[in-house]
Formats: sequence, structure tokens, C-alpha cells
Amino acid sequence: MTMGPLLMGLYVFILASFVGFEMITKVPPTLHTPLMSGANAISGITIVGAFAAATTAQPTVANILGAIAVCTATINVVGGFLVTDRMLRMFGSKKKRK
Amino acid sequence: MTSDALQHTVAPLVYIASTVLFILGIKDLAKVRTARRGNAVAALGMLLAIVGALLELGLIDYRWIIGGVIVGTIIGAVFAIRVEMTAMPEMVALFNGFGGLASALVGVSVFWLDIEQAHPTTSVADTMGGAQAITVALSIIVGSVTFTGSLVALLKLQGRLKKGQPILLPSRHVINVALAVAAVVLSVWLYRAGADTAWIPCILLAVVSLVLGVLLTIPIGGADMPVVVSLLNSYSGIAASMAGFVIGNVLLIVAGAMVGAAGLILTQIMCVAMNRSLLNVLIGGFGATEASGESGGSSEYKNVKSCGPEEAAMVLETAESVIIVPGYGLAVAQAQHATREFATELEKRGTKVRYAIHPVAGRMPGHMNVLLAEADVPYEQLVEMDLINGDFADTDVSIILGANDVVNPVANKDPSSPIYGMPILNAYESQSVFVVKRSLSPGYAGIKNELFEYPNTMMIFGDAKDVLQSLIAEVKAL
Repeated sequence: MTMGPLLMGLYVFILASFVGFEMITKVPPTLHTPLMSGANAISGITIVGAFAAATTAQPTVANILGAIAVCTATINVVGGFLVTDRMLRMFGSKKKRK
Repeated sequence: MTSDALQHTVAPLVYIASTVLFILGIKDLAKVRTARRGNAVAALGMLLAIVGALLELGLIDYRWIIGGVIVGTIIGAVFAIRVEMTAMPEMVALFNGFGGLASALVGVSVFWLDIEQAHPTTSVADTMGGAQAITVALSIIVGSVTFTGSLVALLKLQGRLKKGQPILLPSRHVINVALAVAAVVLSVWLYRAGADTAWIPCILLAVVSLVLGVLLTIPIGGADMPVVVSLLNSYSGIAASMAGFVIGNVLLIVAGAMVGAAGLILTQIMCVAMNRSLLNVLIGGFGATEASGESGGSSEYKNVKSCGPEEAAMVLETAESVIIVPGYGLAVAQAQHATREFATELEKRGTKVRYAIHPVAGRMPGHMNVLLAEADVPYEQLVEMDLINGDFADTDVSIILGANDVVNPVANKDPSSPIYGMPILNAYESQSVFVVKRSLSPGYAGIKNELFEYPNTMMIFGDAKDVLQSLIAEVKAL
């Protein structure tokens, strides 16, 4: 059986969705906000696409848009993981003291 | 190693490792004990993904990429380090918007490179491939809706947009359906367009989607913003996934789809907690009809009793058990540390103190848990709604700190109320109830709270932090 790239992509998309559903069904409410924030940081994976769109330093429309995308995706990634860590650090410090 | 091997063998292997780290990271994030490690594992996965991307790109001009990364890192880090814990929902909404914008820009950029800058003689679909042309349109639509939707959610959470109340345009459903149809028509146009005119549907599609994001979010009331932020989080994942289809990268498809599914599940959990269907939330306008009927006098309060901190302290002196019900007012007043101090003071006198956490208290699920954890409130004192609701009847004093709709007994009793059927914390069953609140103004649902009129209820008017500090002083003086 051979599959075109679109079918292959769809296949992976659907399987990954199921993985996502399964992982999130069992989460204590305490972690909902950090989890939302952490998942949000992962959605910044679009940074890889942004890289692919900014591969030269010529001021063409495609490159300028790509560079802006790199910047906003980086904000999503760096900010997302840092802020999640800040939240979770608070849960952590309490554990140690007990 | 040749650069070809790096691009076609090593880079995909690095991507696979990155995918595994994302899955392990999310799994760990879902458990209290391992959550922090999970976040670090996911961040490591992201770092690997970036390394893989650089390997795959090979020898290119990196100057603009590096520039974008540096600027983005500074902005993201400054936001993340300076934001108050209380403003966390706004922060997530903002980051979410940036992610959506990035995905939309990737779609437009690839389109521009392949069509506008290459000047092909064939149509868009023939030049890019049909699948890619469709996913370019999808990434523009989903990314743009995520971007403007998140910005509107941010403004609503900050109370800047009509104080978070729903904004209802006349015939808004017709407008939204028309815009959605327009998006489909423009996508088809983009797909079939020749290279010389294809920029027209591309730009129009972006504009229509940006407007759609605004219009879909403004009719939704501030109380429903947690659901919206969660749903937009799901969208940003789907947008990333679509960008993955555009550039033909499986890692983006997988990671985006996982985030999309996660956001959807969280959204569902929140809807269940409010006893609303997702459709009902998204149609919006919740609370607006009630607000227009408010002049009828039904929202006038009668027989409301209020007292000062001294009287409250006297009641607390004899209380054996106290349940604190935190809400968004606590977040606004930054009163989490004062709350903890107050609870410690009561505990010193032998009072049993617990916190009742409603699933949608605050502006996001778990919002109160994060705030109270910041103030070092012991984890086991935070009790979920279902576990504590049976205990209110045996409780001497309930203290409502800036919560409103989640303790409104009307949800249990009045079928005509818009919040009828929403599970609430049965604080009204306890012997005495103190409500710390700045005024009698309604909560985000925009309705009157009958609890304030109950004979066992006392209002303590004021900012939560100020009131708690006076209470601490009074309790110490006992």
C-alpha cells in the first residue's frame, strides 16, 4: 500500500488526536491551568514552520512574514514554558516543606 | 556526515525524539507530582524540534531567523516573568493569540513564496498541489480566528471591553454564517485562482477570518471566557497542525493535533462543570437578556445585612470549622497571601479551615488552585466541589471571598434562572455565611444572588485584601 503525503498526514493527525484525548481525560482540576498553559506552549511548534518560511535575509514579502512568524511563535514557546514553570514551581515548593 | 544525510535521516529522527518527549511531557504534566518535570520535558522536546528544523534547513541564511528568535525570546520572557499570578488567564490568551498568528503567517508566507514570488503559469492548486492549497487556506482561517479571538478574550478578561458583558450585534448569526460562507467561497477561489490574481482571495480570506474571530467572541459573556480561552487553545493547536500540512512536516501535524484534542477535552470538562453545552456557550449572549430585564426590579436587593470585621471576628471566635470559598474577586484583590495568613490565624485557635474549589471559580479551571498554591496553602486543604458540598451543613462559617455566581442558590431552586442547573457550592447551608465583596453588583452571569438576602448571610463590604487584613487584626486581638 502506498500513501500520498496528504493521506499520511491525515492518518497521523487522527492518531495524534486520539493520543491527546487519552492523555487529558485523567487530570486533577488543580493542573488544568498549568496544563492548558503547557499545551499552549507546545502549540508554538509552529515555530518550525516559521523557520522554513524565513530562510533568506532578502526583504521579500514571504520572508518578512516568515520572520514575524518566527518572532510571534517564539513568544508563544518561551513565554508559555516559562509561565507554566512559574505556576508549577509553587506546587513544588509546598511538597518539599511537608 | 553529508548534509543530505543530516537533512533526510538525522532531522526526521530528531523530530521523532521530539514527538516522544512531547507525549511524555504532557503525560507528566497531568500528574501533580511530576507536572514540573513534564513541562521541562516538553520544553526539551521543543528544543529538539528546533535543532531538527535547523538540520533540515541546512545551509541557509539564518540572520532573520535568529533575529526573530531573539526578539521573541525577550518579549516572551519579559511577559512570563513579570505577569502577576492573578493575570494568568490573560497571559495564556495572549500567548495563544501569538501562536495562532504565527500559523496564519506561515500559511500566507508559503503561499506568497510559491505563487506571488515564483510567478507560475498554472493555477494555485496545480502549482502547490491540491492538498497544500487547501491547507494554506485552512491555516489562514484557523490561525486568524485564533489570533483575533484570543485578543478579544484578553480584553474581556481584563474587563476593558464593555466590562466583559456580551456585545450583541443585530442579526449576528446571519453575519457570522455569511462570513463563514465567504471564507469557504474564498478558499475555493484561492484553490482555483491563476497565479496572477490569487493574491486577492488570499488577502480577503485573511481579512474575513480576522473579522470572524472578533465577531465569534464578542457575544460571549465574561463568565464564559474560560471556556473560550480553552477552545482557542485547541484552535491554536489545529492551526499549527494545518501549518504542518502546508510545509509537509509531520512533527507539526502530531504536536498540533495533540494540543487540539487536549484543548477540546478541557473545554468539555468546563462546559460540564457549568451544566451548559458547548453550542450554548458559543451562541453567546448569556446573561444579556437577564440584564435587560433588570430594570424590572427583580434585581433589587431587600433585607441585606452587612457587618464589619469586628462582628465577623466575634462569630469566628466560636467557629470550629470554616470553609473559605475563593472566587475571581480574590484574584483581583491579590488577596491570596492575606487569605493564607488569615487561615493560619484561625488554625492557631484550633479552627478547622478548608477551601471549597468550584471548577469554574476564577477565570480558568484551576485558577484558584494556582493562586492559593502561590500563597503556600497546603494542597490537601483545597477540596473539590463534589467532595465538600455535603459538609457545608455541618460547617459553622462559610466565607465567600470574591465569588458570586458559583454560590448562588438560585441555580438549585429557580428553573427560570439562566444559571438554573449549574452545580454550585452549597455555602448557604452553613450556619453563618460571610460574603466579602465590594458591592452588590452582579457577577459575570449578570444576575442577582439570592444568597445575599438569606437570613444567615452577612455582607462585609470592601476589597478582599483590606477586609482580610482587618479580620486578621481582629482575630489576633480576640
